[in-house]
Amino acid sequence: MTARERIAGNVANYVDERTGAAKWMKKNLTKVFPDHWSFLLGEIALYSFIILLLSGTFLTFWFDPSQREVIYEGSYEPLEGLKMSAAYASTLHISFEVRGGLLMRQIHHWAALIFMAAIVVHLMRVYFTGAFRKPREFNWIIGVGLLTLGIVEGFLGYSLPDDLLSGTGIRIAEAIIQALPVVGSYLAFFAFGGAFPGEAFIPRIYTVHVLLLPGAFLALITVHLMLVWYQKHTQYPGPGRTEKNVVGYPLLPVYMAKAGGFFFIVFGVTAFLGAVASINPIWLYGPYTPGQISAGSQPDWYMGWLDGLVRMSPPLETHAFGHTISWNILIPGLIVPGILFTGMALYPFIESWITGDKREHHLLDRPRNAPNRTALGVMSLTFMLVALINGGNDIIATTFHLTINQIMWFSRISIFVLPPLAFVITKRLCLSLQRADRELVLHGRETGRLVMMPHGEFVEVHEPISPEKAWLLTQHEQNPPLALEEFDASGVRRPKALKNRLRARLSKAHAVAVPKVSADDLKEIEHH
Amino acid sequence: MSKEIEAIKDPGLPAHVHRRTDTDPKAAQRAERQVAILFLLSALGTVLLIGSYIFIPQDVFIFLPILGNTNAHQLFLGLGMAASLFFIGMGAIHWAKTLMPDEEVVIQRHEFRSPDEDRAEFVKAAKDGAAAAGLGRRSLIKRTLGLALGLAGLSPIILLRDLGPLPGDELSKTSWKKGTRLVTDPGDRPIRPEDLEVGAVAQTLPQLAPGAKRTLADIGKDAVLLIRLRPEEFNLDAERLSWTHEGIIAFSKICSHMGCAVALYEQQTKHLLCPCHQSTFDVTRAAKVIFGPAARPLPQLAITVDSEGYLVAQNPFNEPVGPSFWERSS
Amino acid sequence: MLALFSIGTTFSVAGAATSSPLTAAEKSALIEEGKQLFLKGCSSCHGLNAEGGAVAPSLIGVGAASVDFQVATGRMPMADMSVQAMRKKPVYNEKQVEALAAYVASLAPGPQIPGEELLNYERDGSTAEGGELFRTNCAMCHNFAAQGGALTQGKYAPTLMGVEPRHIYEAMITGPQSMPVFSDKTITPEEKLSIIKWIKSAESEPQLGGAALGRVGPVTEGLLVWTLGLGLLVGVAVWLAMKAR
Repeated sequence: MTARERIAGNVANYVDERTGAAKWMKKNLTKVFPDHWSFLLGEIALYSFIILLLSGTFLTFWFDPSQREVIYEGSYEPLEGLKMSAAYASTLHISFEVRGGLLMRQIHHWAALIFMAAIVVHLMRVYFTGAFRKPREFNWIIGVGLLTLGIVEGFLGYSLPDDLLSGTGIRIAEAIIQALPVVGSYLAFFAFGGAFPGEAFIPRIYTVHVLLLPGAFLALITVHLMLVWYQKHTQYPGPGRTEKNVVGYPLLPVYMAKAGGFFFIVFGVTAFLGAVASINPIWLYGPYTPGQISAGSQPDWYMGWLDGLVRMSPPLETHAFGHTISWNILIPGLIVPGILFTGMALYPFIESWITGDKREHHLLDRPRNAPNRTALGVMSLTFMLVALINGGNDIIATTFHLTINQIMWFSRISIFVLPPLAFVITKRLCLSLQRADRELVLHGRETGRLVMMPHGEFVEVHEPISPEKAWLLTQHEQNPPLALEEFDASGVRRPKALKNRLRARLSKAHAVAVPKVSADDLKEIEHH
Repeated sequence: MSKEIEAIKDPGLPAHVHRRTDTDPKAAQRAERQVAILFLLSALGTVLLIGSYIFIPQDVFIFLPILGNTNAHQLFLGLGMAASLFFIGMGAIHWAKTLMPDEEVVIQRHEFRSPDEDRAEFVKAAKDGAAAAGLGRRSLIKRTLGLALGLAGLSPIILLRDLGPLPGDELSKTSWKKGTRLVTDPGDRPIRPEDLEVGAVAQTLPQLAPGAKRTLADIGKDAVLLIRLRPEEFNLDAERLSWTHEGIIAFSKICSHMGCAVALYEQQTKHLLCPCHQSTFDVTRAAKVIFGPAARPLPQLAITVDSEGYLVAQNPFNEPVGPSFWERSS
Repeated sequence: MLALFSIGTTFSVAGAATSSPLTAAEKSALIEEGKQLFLKGCSSCHGLNAEGGAVAPSLIGVGAASVDFQVATGRMPMADMSVQAMRKKPVYNEKQVEALAAYVASLAPGPQIPGEELLNYERDGSTAEGGELFRTNCAMCHNFAAQGGALTQGKYAPTLMGVEPRHIYEAMITGPQSMPVFSDKTITPEEKLSIIKWIKSAESEPQLGGAALGRVGPVTEGLLVWTLGLGLLVGVAVWLAMKAR
């Protein structure tokens, strides 16, 4: 035994005698993770979160979350002598006097945008592959929670510097709070410590942004990861992969190196963006005052869809019995997003209700093999995209020589027309792809080589696909729709018959598929 | 499960294909060198980071394509940092891909469901424990426990009361009173009608009492936009017309939709556009909404001139300014 | 239609002279030259006596400043009957613009071209004050960094980058097309100079944080994340999971 081994042994012994660590370390160091690039999307979000914690902590050493009025005495001349809040002045100080300050501010903000984008692409991967099915429903709900909290955290974060653009965003948030029936004006005055903008809001959201929400994130992310760890990661179907195994690489050394290395990649790319691309140039926006506004004011991209929904809303307000309800604010700002996100959170249960499938699933679906689910996902994305585009309608108008009026009308109509259209097109696309798979299995791959038959006919030579590929294209399940009869054997009507009829209808639509290749099919073509 | 016979069988894990670095020691050495170079690039990045921090002054700018005239200190600090991090990652990943074992490992999943005996024991322990607590029998304890916990849990809400004042009639009042002069924003200069040409706009605020301070909250209610048209261009009823003066009309600048500043005046069309959500208001018809999500026109401030010829408010606003709220009756 | 009528007495003028004052004879020659240019290139829309017509407003009382702004920035003559006249390469040279301006100014009193002495914004303006004035009076149309912004029905407030100080001043006092007029009493000449000084400072300001991405805010920032940001990261992820050869 070398000296190094002896010392290592002593240390390990010391720790193990006090914690029993050897047992779980051994179990976890050899844990196996399947390897696919799409499994790294969640990691981008996780690492961005760590980058946010690190860069954010740096910023807190100089940021002053106070709305107390100060006169600017820093080095940025175009703001010299102007009145502004201490929050804005300290952000200018970070940007111009603290070395590395602007870099860290930019890294922090780019990391936030990447964090949200990564969550969205990760969500899309999990959704389209059906990874949210049992036993992972809780993790899905936690994920939707992380998405929602991320939107709030980002909004609060870029509002801290109290600049003209983010202050406008806060004004709009206050209008949403104020619009709530019965309690709106009270909640608004409590949140802001009085009339808008007041002097209490920024210090309060600072506490939420650096303490409460990060704490919530840490807790939720920990549970999210522990569930993945304990339940083991899902894997794509393929040769040798079953519902009962995990095929991949062990944590030590491969996964540690790859995943650990990827953390440095994400950090490096974020730092690169922070170095070369300007973000949130608050010195150009100026300090916030309610009497000013800039053309082309938008929230950060992950709230752009909310802005777009509010912009396209019809001017609906009801006045009755001395009270006002602003539907033009409540519907696009709270009700529609609430319905969407609730539906998103509950989707695993909705799908299992439709299919009646209560089994565990550890093999992922190829999106084409779940046409209804895939089509629904594309439909939702289309909805979000139309809303997002409308959020930037003024900038799109000036860039592409359109009018804001045209874009607004386009959005109002297409938000209803395009999503169902996207559903139909996507479902058909999936079924076409299933058909193409079937052809591939039955007839093999087209090689492009033409051969002339003795009697003069030209045929293209087809090469049979490999057994691995054939397995991949046929391993999926094709479950029949639920059979729920309205009347049972004795002629007694099943209770809740209407609900069952809806369920049966949905189940039938959900099960539409191109039948995969069977043994009979293969026997048939053998005779060609 | 499909009713059809499983026609195609799982061929099992494909045979392992060795990498060049597995079979050829020279390739392995090359890979090792590549990893080393990547790590060294990272070290160079760190050197650039430290050097930039210490040696590049903060006011030096260099010209680069795409970036333009950019701050050198910030750029090289950031590039150094980016390189120092990125290449550690590249090195580690390349090392794992080329040199670490890449034979796939297969492990079995375990069933989550606990064995039946464990479940039974859990149920028994839970039931026995609950029975021992006696809540089922001792309903007096149960009810008073519920009362105590409930009250203790909810009561801290009362500690939040001082988060803010009650709104009262704050949302319905502004600083504008009968005779308040309109002054320029910024500058605080009073305005005469002759100061404005036809087609002109002015950002205004109410004149402050001597010694008084104006807060942002005041601006958020009091900001008023003055616009001068020709009197025949108005399309107003007699009352609203009487709120104008020689073609000058005044509106609250705070959007009736969600509170952004509405000051985008299109001189030719006489429309006001709010840049936040594109609500469009027709100035000739008392800021009636003609496009966009705003549901109410901008409140109009009745103006006239005082004895010295300066523009003043005739009266306070006849309705609350800014976004709607529950207690707003119209 | 444009309503560039002015109440003639309210303009504060600091002298219409450009370089050196003209004699009476030179002046009337200039006006005559301007009239000829006008009849040839402008009267078809603006009327033989500049009284206006179906497609163009009257120019009586718009002043030399309006002409200098519209013609020297190339907006006039308008190339096509679109929603708004765009800045483009001017058709007339400096001397011709001067002549046109003199002719239109001779029709009725109106805003005059600001002289060099008036336009000394470096000396007489304050950048910081100009920024505050800009954000209160201009940013809602022209955007916080003077990059321009959308108006209704396809109209737009153009970018102010690369605009001559004289033209910025003239735009403020004449209120071209959709732009309102900013009277000298509500924004004093000194304040106007401060605004110009701030615009010039923003124009020449180097990139303090890196590529400016158009200075239009979060829209282009979000685009960059979804293209370059995620592109780089997903690219590395794909490479990471690929089996080495």
